[in-house]
Amino acid sequence: MADRFPSPFEIQTPAGAEGWQELYTYSLPFSTDRREYEDSMFWFQDGVHWPEVLSPWDATFFEFALASLSQYNTRHYLIPPALGVDFRVLNGYAYLSPVGVADPAEIEARVPQFLERAGFYFQNWASLYEQWMGKIRSLIGEMEALSFEPLPDAEDLAVVTEGRGMGSGFELQRQYHRLVDLALQLWQYHFEFLNLGYAAYLDFFGFCKQAFPSIPDLAIAKMVAGVEVDLFQPDEELKKLARLAVASRVDGAFDQPSAAAVMEGLRASEDGRAWLSQWEASAQPWFNFSAGSGFYHTDEVWLEHLEIPFGFVRDYIAKLREGVDISRPIEAIRAERDRIVAEYGELLATDEDRAAFEQKLGLARVVFPYVENHNFYVEHWSHSVLWRKMRQLGGVLAKEGFFGGETDIFLLKRDEVPEALWDYYSAWAVGVKPRGPAYWGRELERRRGILTALRSWSPPPALGRPPEVVTEPFTIMLWGITGESVKQWLGAGDAGGDGILRGFAASPGVAEGPARVIFSADQIGEIQAGEILVAPLTAPSWAPIFGKIGATVTDVGGMMAHAAIVCREYGLPAVTGTAFGTKTIKTGQRIRVDGNQGTVTILES
Amino acid sequence: MSFVCWLDGYDPAQRARLGGKNASLGEMLAAGLPVPPGFAVTVDAYHTVRGHPEVRQAVVGLLGEVDLADPAALEELSAAIRRRIEQVPLDDGVAAAVASAYTELCERCQLDAVPVAVRSSATSEDLPDASFAGEHDTYLWVRGADEVLAHLTRCWSSLFTARAIAYRRERGYDHDVVAMSVGIQKMVRPTASGVAFTLNPRDGDRSQVAVEAAWGFGEGIVSGEVTPDSFLVDKVLGEIVQRIISDKAVEYRLGDGDRVERVEVDEARRTVPSLTDDQVKAVARLARRAERHYRCPQDVEWALDADLPGDQAVTLLQARPETVWSRKAARPVAAAGDPMASIVATLLSPLHTRGSSDTPGP
Repeated sequence: MADRFPSPFEIQTPAGAEGWQELYTYSLPFSTDRREYEDSMFWFQDGVHWPEVLSPWDATFFEFALASLSQYNTRHYLIPPALGVDFRVLNGYAYLSPVGVADPAEIEARVPQFLERAGFYFQNWASLYEQWMGKIRSLIGEMEALSFEPLPDAEDLAVVTEGRGMGSGFELQRQYHRLVDLALQLWQYHFEFLNLGYAAYLDFFGFCKQAFPSIPDLAIAKMVAGVEVDLFQPDEELKKLARLAVASRVDGAFDQPSAAAVMEGLRASEDGRAWLSQWEASAQPWFNFSAGSGFYHTDEVWLEHLEIPFGFVRDYIAKLREGVDISRPIEAIRAERDRIVAEYGELLATDEDRAAFEQKLGLARVVFPYVENHNFYVEHWSHSVLWRKMRQLGGVLAKEGFFGGETDIFLLKRDEVPEALWDYYSAWAVGVKPRGPAYWGRELERRRGILTALRSWSPPPALGRPPEVVTEPFTIMLWGITGESVKQWLGAGDAGGDGILRGFAASPGVAEGPARVIFSADQIGEIQAGEILVAPLTAPSWAPIFGKIGATVTDVGGMMAHAAIVCREYGLPAVTGTAFGTKTIKTGQRIRVDGNQGTVTILES
Repeated sequence: MSFVCWLDGYDPAQRARLGGKNASLGEMLAAGLPVPPGFAVTVDAYHTVRGHPEVRQAVVGLLGEVDLADPAALEELSAAIRRRIEQVPLDDGVAAAVASAYTELCERCQLDAVPVAVRSSATSEDLPDASFAGEHDTYLWVRGADEVLAHLTRCWSSLFTARAIAYRRERGYDHDVVAMSVGIQKMVRPTASGVAFTLNPRDGDRSQVAVEAAWGFGEGIVSGEVTPDSFLVDKVLGEIVQRIISDKAVEYRLGDGDRVERVEVDEARRTVPSLTDDQVKAVARLARRAERHYRCPQDVEWALDADLPGDQAVTLLQARPETVWSRKAARPVAAAGDPMASIVATLLSPLHTRGSSDTPGP
């Protein structure tokens, strides 16, 4: 087995992708300018959040997220052993490298500052979290208020009569700058609590592992997990709507296959219109829910792709017609959680341990609502708004002939958009034709070719020399990467051949069934009842299909992958982070998923 | 005076009449632990024999004459007393009560001439060290009322084995300090059997039950001849968190004439799990019940009884306190205190966050 992954400098550019580096901020690609440093680090591909090639504008959230995460560790809370997580793009794919504090004296020196700063957050968590909820909602309000309109032939008379002294072209550029600022602000908010939340969770986790060396990770997760979580709310809203459809007898409308036909059917009756107004009420904010991770402009949002939520409503209606109870047994879930906590508590050896257990669990539960809920507000709701606004801007430029369609704007880097807007504005101001249509028409063609070439390349899971053991807490928690997974990646080329894939035992139970390998939300419709879902990763918004499948296998993610949480909620076995699930397993193969041991066995080929 | 007492109707007040072994079986049944059904022949029955003039005379007379320092003489004495006990005619009331209870046991088990274990259960309330565990006789695979009665008297007479006599003499105890109750309990014909610990023997983790299992009787596991299938069950989640299936080349099972014989396992069954997942969980639940009942970690012997329906087949054969980890003083893992200090420590020290990382691989 090899003891290291290829150096980033050994990786070749795929044919046809020459010049890909220009598609990203100059600091993103590996470069000989920093070769010594970059070669000394261990980099892993972040398949949890960015499993696919980043288009130039989509790299924005990647950069904002990683810089914000890092900033809190390094500069706000001074996490004693951890600086930030460095980030690069190689052949279009996202790579990360956690940076530790090497000097023990410096670690020591950071401790008192961490105690004071992080301590303040832990002590005032509830009020700070409430404040956060206010901040994020007002931020989303500002995002919603952004508007991108084509520049008028003549300014409104009011611009003159009110003596405003500035015009639409200026406003258009300002709105874009505002959008970028709001996006960075969003990511600042995202990490205000997250790392501290995970630190408190890890403290409880470590205690449980010491007290019960063989305790399954998921038992710990179950003790901390909230019962009513915002991430489950979109699914709850769908169930509510399905019940309403059946109760008010408009469920027949869902017998139509297309979303447009369903809408038409509903609009035709009084009850149907009442149902639609309830739909509107649920949709904001709950259907700002991405069918993907929310990190790609191509991720489909329920609100804009009604066939997705309508399909789920249709499934729920079918269950209701069969007399199936589709509600979440909240009381039973709560009782089960209390039972688990009480029983582990009883099994502790001393009263002192019981006191520590309760204290740590208490803190973990105080911080966990943020860990569980932030994802809906940031990656789903806010990103949905930002993608929508960006498409609106793309539409404006497309109308002017810069682009073939509104989504072409994502082929521009975020700092190229102001140049295009300048071109549009200045030509409009002068009253002549912009260069944009010719310039971008040519350039985007080239970029599409590069991205296509990059997409056909398969990124290695990691680069450089791995550490002996992975000890960096956030790497383990957020990305599910351990010494074991690194070893597994290294050994992958050696073809173990025992037909067994290993990953995280993310949700308990054992199930056998035919596999269904899918790569994106578009393929959700292919899944048949009783099949085992095999996917690179699953999004929380796929929740309704968990009522139908037998188990889940993912390539990436750990215990805290959003999908792992949903699987535990649905009581389905899940193995996450198998690295090669979608590459190894074929649709139709019978597989056995052991969510207790984290293994997936291919039973027949 | 009653000569027979059903184990599932055990009354703690009767402990002195049933002996330690029977009392503990009765307690287990009362606690919902599925030990095989059976009844106790009380010490009152023993006294009908011990009080018989011939027996009394033999004990007093013979004991007086023998030089206990002479092993051969002691053996001879023991044999003479035991012969006398086994030969005096059995009290009619005792014989009738035991035969009728045996018939009822056959009915309860829905088996003709149900095979039973006839087990000594000495009483020694005042002398906790004088019960000579294992010194008294136990007879397995006894079938039919006549055979049961014959072995009953042998159990009684085992109070006068050479070692028992010598021991009492050494300690200066009267020979009537111990009386004998006898347990008559259904024999289990196991499809699979094994042991279970209510903690993880590898690391002492009290939240796990370790189950070892192999085909047939447990002899192969106890002797180390068979590498058992090994399972780890989380007590709280009730889930199997580790499963290692071994190649089980031999098994011990019941052959002709109720003899336990060693046979090679068919190729097809060797690497098949000897327990289904549901059975593993049932064994773990049973061990956990025993632990709750005795309030300390247990080392349990169990079997799947082929005579019982699948969902009730898991049977408890024996439970005793676990000794290796239980002897270690409980040391707290961490004290409740400054949560921040603990969080700093967590961030600074390497995390062992992956439960399966230290489990043996394939």
